[in-house]
Amino acid sequence: MSPFLAVIARDLRLARRQGTDIAMTLAFFVVVVALFPLGLGPTPELLARIAPAVLWVTALLAAMLSFDRLFQQDSEDGGLEQLALSGLPLSLLALAKAVAHWLTTGLPMLVLAPLLAVSLNLASDAYWTLVATLALGTPVVSLFGTVGAALVVGARRAGVLVALIVLPLLIPVLIFAVSAIEAASAGLTIRVHLLFLGAILAASIPLAPLAAGAALRQALD
Amino acid sequence: MHRFANPTRFFRIANAVLPVLAVVSAGLFAAGLYYALFDSPADYQQGETVRIMYVHVPAAWAALACYATMALAGASFLIWKHVLADLAARAAAPIGAGFTLISLATGSLWGQPMWGTWWVWDARLTSVLILFFLYLGYIALVNAFDDPDRGGRAGAVLALVGAVNVPIIKFSVDWWNTLHQPASVLRMDGPSIAPEMLLPLLLMAGAYFTLFGVMMILRLRGLYAGRRLRQMRLAAASR
Repeated sequence: MSPFLAVIARDLRLARRQGTDIAMTLAFFVVVVALFPLGLGPTPELLARIAPAVLWVTALLAAMLSFDRLFQQDSEDGGLEQLALSGLPLSLLALAKAVAHWLTTGLPMLVLAPLLAVSLNLASDAYWTLVATLALGTPVVSLFGTVGAALVVGARRAGVLVALIVLPLLIPVLIFAVSAIEAASAGLTIRVHLLFLGAILAASIPLAPLAAGAALRQALD
Repeated sequence: MHRFANPTRFFRIANAVLPVLAVVSAGLFAAGLYYALFDSPADYQQGETVRIMYVHVPAAWAALACYATMALAGASFLIWKHVLADLAARAAAPIGAGFTLISLATGSLWGQPMWGTWWVWDARLTSVLILFFLYLGYIALVNAFDDPDRGGRAGAVLALVGAVNVPIIKFSVDWWNTLHQPASVLRMDGPSIAPEMLLPLLLMAGAYFTLFGVMMILRLRGLYAGRRLRQMRLAAASR
């Protein structure tokens, strides 16, 4: 097995054995989404209006909680040095970490989001668009999260710091994703928004691992 | 360039330049504000509120220039490991955040009478707000480590990642059809702004940029002294 796949397999195995980590992130996602109907009162039109923003913002916040899983533990137990010595380039290591993170956080959210959208009364035309925006957007979240997590390795209050760094960079993803879902609910064309999301993803796949690799190199010095 | 990475040599030149730069900056502010507030025509559409533009536009330029300075200093710190480059990036960040805040605040004061709203979420305003958040994130990151060198290196990588935002801000008004006016000074076919308005604008831009230089030197001196103090304390503690 190539080192790249080995890192992914290792992270997935760790995630499976420490299953509560993933479950907590997803539970946070579900609970916070459920708070909105309780706080706003169950008016179906209002909920349908805010559903895209609530789902996406909550998904971003839930993802923020999961970034400390990426490098923090590895850096504390020395595993990060071992991975760096394995001969796998640091940027590929970061990409492998991002892939594993997406498989354990983005993908489950992708499955959960349509169910939550039903509870928020989202227009049924918009379900597939919601799934499409999450499919294009959550990998970007994982990639940028890898950059942020690599930057804060060893920092004080790393969990809050990573959110402060990563959330501004993810604002464009949020804007295009939510406009796509709103356009779909209104029966308008969604192509432009999805193309923008696709472009952001296409640019992030090569560039974010490079930045994360540079950040890891600084962390290991 | 590496000749000036020597702190002693750098500060000898910077300290000589500082008073000149400060006087030039004060003079440019006096002349620029006089022309901007008294001796320039009111706009035929905007009336007297156009004068806010002379404070707003140069602040936005300076905010972007600060970010570019920070990213370039960060890059040269990563490449050549000059301490001065790290200090320059740290020095530029709060100055840039201040300029960004000025441009956001004056823009909102101008937007209220002109657009009828303090704030709109259009591409230019949102991308400048992201710039402000990037400055805050950078400041938080560089100060989050016990080892200042580690903080500087992490901050340099973040500054380079955030640099993708700079061209987005510059071209946002051309790419998207927004409420914010398109570029009227730096354009391919020459400035479209009236010459009697261009003069105070350029004077104010000069004033802002020289002020940026003055504050950079002052902050660099402070940061360098702080770094020396830390080294001395560590040396004293290890003895």
